[in-house]
Amino acid sequence: MAVETTTRAKLRWGLLDVIVVVFALVPVLWIASLSFKTSATLTDGKFWPREWTLDNYRTIFDTDQFVRALINSIGIALIATAIAVVLGTMAAYAISRLDFPGKKLLVGVSLLIAMFPQVSLVSPLFEIERQLGIFDTWPGLILPYITFALPLAIYTLSAFFKQIPWDLEKAAKMDGATQGQAFRRVIAPLAAPGVFTTAILVFIFCWNDFLFAITLTSTERSRTVPVALQFFTGESQFEDPTGAICAAAVVITVPIILFVLFFQRRIVSGLTSGAVKG
Amino acid sequence: MADIVLDKVSKRFPDGTTAVRDVDLEIADGEFVILVGPSGCGKSTTLNMIAGLEDISSGELRIGGERVNDKAPRERDIAMVFQSYALYPNMTVRENMAFPLRLAKLDKETINQKVDEAAKVLELTALLDRKPANLSGGQRQRVAMGRAIVRQPKAFLMDEPLSNLDAKLRVQMRTVVSRLQKQLGTTTVYVTHDQTEAMTLGDRVVIMRGGAVQQVGPPQELYDHPRNLFVAGFIGSPSMNFLHAAVADGRLRTALGDVPIGDRIRRQLDGADAPRELILGIRPEHFEDAELLDEETRRRGMEFDAPVEIVESMGSDKYVYFTVEGERATAAELEELAADAGAADFSGAGSNLVTRLSAESPVREGEQRRVWFNLEKIHLFDPASGRNLTLHEGRAAGALAD
Repeated sequence: MAVETTTRAKLRWGLLDVIVVVFALVPVLWIASLSFKTSATLTDGKFWPREWTLDNYRTIFDTDQFVRALINSIGIALIATAIAVVLGTMAAYAISRLDFPGKKLLVGVSLLIAMFPQVSLVSPLFEIERQLGIFDTWPGLILPYITFALPLAIYTLSAFFKQIPWDLEKAAKMDGATQGQAFRRVIAPLAAPGVFTTAILVFIFCWNDFLFAITLTSTERSRTVPVALQFFTGESQFEDPTGAICAAAVVITVPIILFVLFFQRRIVSGLTSGAVKG
Repeated sequence: MADIVLDKVSKRFPDGTTAVRDVDLEIADGEFVILVGPSGCGKSTTLNMIAGLEDISSGELRIGGERVNDKAPRERDIAMVFQSYALYPNMTVRENMAFPLRLAKLDKETINQKVDEAAKVLELTALLDRKPANLSGGQRQRVAMGRAIVRQPKAFLMDEPLSNLDAKLRVQMRTVVSRLQKQLGTTTVYVTHDQTEAMTLGDRVVIMRGGAVQQVGPPQELYDHPRNLFVAGFIGSPSMNFLHAAVADGRLRTALGDVPIGDRIRRQLDGADAPRELILGIRPEHFEDAELLDEETRRRGMEFDAPVEIVESMGSDKYVYFTVEGERATAAELEELAADAGAADFSGAGSNLVTRLSAESPVREGEQRRVWFNLEKIHLFDPASGRNLTLHEGRAAGALAD
């Protein structure tokens, strides 16, 4: 009886999972399929392209516009991620380990930043950045990205730090480590999965952002890919750039996939098991 | 190796609570000292202050004659075993044990040699390449010990190192700890809440309550000559029986009958502010089935009749439980002890009496039985201060002493 219900339950869940995955993946596959079609067959409504072509990819890499945007995107997202993760790690460690006056306020304010509607900040930021002369530059985007990614980083990381038993740090100190050595050799290796998870989340946030990127940039100097896609045009006014846009869309998902795959191996859950009885 | 001296050491937390109050303690070089007491008595805080993990609010701590109040843990050269073991999960057993040596910047060969030696002593050689996650509780415990002994520190501090093990393994590890300490001869301070561990392991036992030391001494001395009600109730299993005793006409009126008192106790009760009510304490083994005793022994004690409630035969002895009528003994210490045992709200009417009788006694549940108890082994306590009135120059002398 019990076995039968579990196999049936498994089947039901399996089916549900398949539906969810298909639902999520079909649009992606559709875009990938469109990117391989010739402009003549673009609107034939077939899932599999009848004629395969790499023309669309050639087009986007031929234009300086897209390559430049790709470099901007990668550079800005990587720098913002690195800074946010380093600052977030230090802040989260302090929050989870120390009792200092104003701790609750700090956590509350960072939560407030995360909840603040970004759209209402766009105009003031535009003005401020123009005054400061960082409008349409890399720092002009990196700064707001760090601001909005930090609360996320602090929250994820402090959850990870709280899981690490405090006794380990005490043990390291008893074993002759300084505060710095205890952090570097005992705490940091254990917090690594948390750091990588946070890095992925922050990177995706920066990579996907459209709102800040379209308002705080005006030229190819700092325009990122999501915005650059909007400025795609065909070779002539009458040509539809759908194929090229689809190809670009496929290309910009690749770095994210690579980034996730690269760090995923380091996210080993349950790394702390065995430290303490439990 | 070194001696450890606590000179009026206190710990006050910023919120105003005092966790440890004026603790004076001299631990000799090579001595094995146990800090014991119910939870919240300040024993772990005291240990953490010796370790350097907690600041000392006032007083002085000296290790090997040197004041170490302001020294970081790593400058004190002492090792600690934690209740949670606190093994580094990202390192193998070998790396865990080598960690303190690597921090001390020893060369690789020496490190390996020392780790191998320690592993041999603790029978960990086969496990050196495993990660802590793949070890059993007992093995993890041994690795934690190994990490402590490997660098031959001045002293070991152990914070309830056995309390996470199951009962059988705990008994086994107890002898391991004891043997190891004797073998190495390193000064050891051991914290536990388990009075059995305290009795069996230490050269001397320090009993703490509410941040203050109650009594310090070898286990047998604490058992035979408790200075106060708290020590008497805390040490011993099953614990001492406590009965209410009213002073009347030079005798003590108790649920077991009128107990005669000797001159020395009488003198203490003569004063104007002397307590009119006392608490009488007797250990379970000082009762006996009256039938089994000869005349001479019977004269040294008193007898009473009571209905037998429960008989637990242990093979070597019988634990026999009686319920006797009469007022219950009440004192702050007794309530605290009951709360610590988790039995504060668990008691019927009258007083429960636990006795340990000979296995030969034919006692049966439900019958009325005549029971003898030894008047020379009685303790009398002042319920207000908890002081043991029968104690004379540190020795308990019973109620009849002249």
